[in-house]
Amino acid sequence: MIAYLIRRILYAFPVLVGVNLLTFALFFVVNTPDDMARMQLGMKRVTPEAIEKWKQQQGYDKPLMLNTQAAGMSKISDTVFFEKSVRMFAFDFGYANDGRNIAREIQTRMLPSLAIALPTFVVGLLLYITFALFMTLFRGTALDTLGVTLCVFLMSVSGLFYIIGGQFLAGKLWHWVPISGYVGGTDSIKFILLPVLIGVVGGIGASGRWYRTIFLEEISKDYVRTARAKGLSELRVLFGHVLKNAMIPILTGVVVVIPLLFMGSLLTESFFGIPGLGSYTIDAINAQDFGVVRAMVFLGSVLYIVGLVLTDISYTLVDPRVRLQ
Amino acid sequence: MMPVVLWTDAMIFLLLATILAGAWHIRKWPHLMLPWQRVATSSMGMVSLLILSLFMLVGLLDSLHYRIALPEKNNGQTVYSAEVVSAFDALASGLKSRTEKTYSAPMAAYLYAKENMDTLEGKILRDYPRLRFGGVHLSDVGRDWLGDVVQKAARGALAGLLLGVLLIAAIWILFLRQRGDHLPLSKVADNPRKALLITTLLLAAFFGAVSNLAASYHVLGTDKVGQDVLYLALKSIRTGLVIGTITTLVTLPFALLLGVAAGYFRGWVDDIIQYIYTVLSSIPSVLLIAAAVLMMQVTIEMHPEWFETSAARADVRLLSLCLILGLTSWTGLCRLLRGETLKLRELEYIQAAQAFGVSSPRIITQHIMPNVMHIVLIAMVMDFSGLVLAEAVLSYVGVGVDPSTMSFGTLINAARLEMGRDPIVWWTLAAAFGFMLVLVLAANLFADVVRDAFDPRLSHKN
Repeated sequence: MIAYLIRRILYAFPVLVGVNLLTFALFFVVNTPDDMARMQLGMKRVTPEAIEKWKQQQGYDKPLMLNTQAAGMSKISDTVFFEKSVRMFAFDFGYANDGRNIAREIQTRMLPSLAIALPTFVVGLLLYITFALFMTLFRGTALDTLGVTLCVFLMSVSGLFYIIGGQFLAGKLWHWVPISGYVGGTDSIKFILLPVLIGVVGGIGASGRWYRTIFLEEISKDYVRTARAKGLSELRVLFGHVLKNAMIPILTGVVVVIPLLFMGSLLTESFFGIPGLGSYTIDAINAQDFGVVRAMVFLGSVLYIVGLVLTDISYTLVDPRVRLQ
Repeated sequence: MMPVVLWTDAMIFLLLATILAGAWHIRKWPHLMLPWQRVATSSMGMVSLLILSLFMLVGLLDSLHYRIALPEKNNGQTVYSAEVVSAFDALASGLKSRTEKTYSAPMAAYLYAKENMDTLEGKILRDYPRLRFGGVHLSDVGRDWLGDVVQKAARGALAGLLLGVLLIAAIWILFLRQRGDHLPLSKVADNPRKALLITTLLLAAFFGAVSNLAASYHVLGTDKVGQDVLYLALKSIRTGLVIGTITTLVTLPFALLLGVAAGYFRGWVDDIIQYIYTVLSSIPSVLLIAAAVLMMQVTIEMHPEWFETSAARADVRLLSLCLILGLTSWTGLCRLLRGETLKLRELEYIQAAQAFGVSSPRIITQHIMPNVMHIVLIAMVMDFSGLVLAEAVLSYVGVGVDPSTMSFGTLINAARLEMGRDPIVWWTLAAAFGFMLVLVLAANLFADVVRDAFDPRLSHKN
């Protein structure tokens, strides 16, 4: 298993190099640093000096890939590519446009993101699976049809509607909880409640239907018939046998997203004013802060790859037949 | 009048031509017709298709763009207006031109905000002014309003119903009677024709009522600068459809060629293609889209000389958004097609073709592609609704369509801040979400029917 993990991590490197090259091409080759400087400083009446100064501040004044004027190793290291892209492998993301250290900012913003994303994930998962199991239990009846219809309807509603509608109902009409904002510590619970609730409700449609499909696929298999023939009740068949065997397809979809929970949700965080990584990303996009966007792209792909490795490990936990070699 | 073909218009008509050609091809082969016949016997499928095709009609009309010739001439040369309008604008010119000063509620006769007005006695009165167009024909709003609305709605509904009946009669005489299909409707209970008939009549009555009311009221109110919200929502349909369809059109060649090639050739081809899609799919899609759109914005801003009109610029931005969405979302379908091809290439008929010395390109185009088409089709219809919803989110994040392009996202974005007003301005949001819900729901239901009809794993009784 250790050997397998090492191999997986080594395999992750070429992928990260690919991500890195792609973002580098996107941010520095498609548009030259001069274009970006002009965009940042206002389109017209920008003096060449101002552009030079901006580029120097950002560290974009170096050659892109190969510095022909430098000697030795700094031929490669004294370039935009090395400074901005290669350094990301050491999680050194450089500085944002406002001069703050991006890596430190990410560290402090991870916690609020997680405080929203983790409860949403856990509560959602339990609720969706239970809901889907009950739809499976009543399959073919009016209750099942009602559930599926509800799911299709809920998944046809825009995610923005859940947020705007929920904020309006809970915050303005019923005065339950503050509409937006965040504080640390135990007080944060009242700020977390609404975003978590909305996040869970927003996912019912798509997830409930997806889990139902998985369970229905399992329930037509032979071992279910055997279990029923032994005289087990339908509830025990569902929760004891079907749920266990459906774990592999469930884990395939679920474990990948666990590391990505750190990244937070773009929409929820910006609507509720939560100082997490999601709102950080949105602010960076709106302010066209390319350094931050680049850092988030890299971080996101690292977390995704971690998620893939975790998925493989989780298979060995639920299915003794799976061995990682 | 000078016709203008924007890039997305060209793509839409290309898509339409492809669909028509595909339908013509399928008509000739019974085995290709079979799944579509299954779709045609489903009431749910046909009703949702009817609603979808109404949306498509609006979108198509809105894609016939032209520029009006101005009356004055420049040295004998005709000068054209800088504004690009569409056939839909010409049809809905009443809705487009009747603008108020600012917000007004749906069906209202008064403006949303109070204003200072001079009375006859020379005093200044602060009250809600009457609208310029909404309900101007009413002399006493308090007394006449309700009766007038009910009367107009009823008359419109009746007229619509009459037109609907005429339409159905015309279709029956033209197409159905010739087949010797004389079954009375009451006898074919489990037939989508009954559901279609009822839906058509209901829709006809509904549209009759709405269009009759829209002639003298703002049915969905007006927005901040006084534009009719119904018009804005109808204009948004085209953007949603473009994003939902053209994106999949972009996805298709990548997913199909790369997926089938990876599965068929295996070896190093497979390794390279797998590497490419692993890299692309390991970046969270919103971030990748955001990064690409940011860069595209810089490019467009840097080259204003590329575009003749602002409509052309907004259109190129819309097309680039489709390209970016397509380039970031082909990986899922590619993976599915690779897996299916891996399975197919081991089957006897492929091995027989290989043994006969049929060339690889020919095997791929003649033997493999036709047998993975059902996966492509299912993926296309399933993706559509997700893309329409994604557009709204992306526009909110700031990486969506051009702010001057009317879309559900820009509507929601503009209306979101108005929820804080008192009394709240809810109608723009309601209109955008309502239109989106109907479109996406119809698309989802249709996609389900298509998937069930094409999925070979499901056993079909008929």
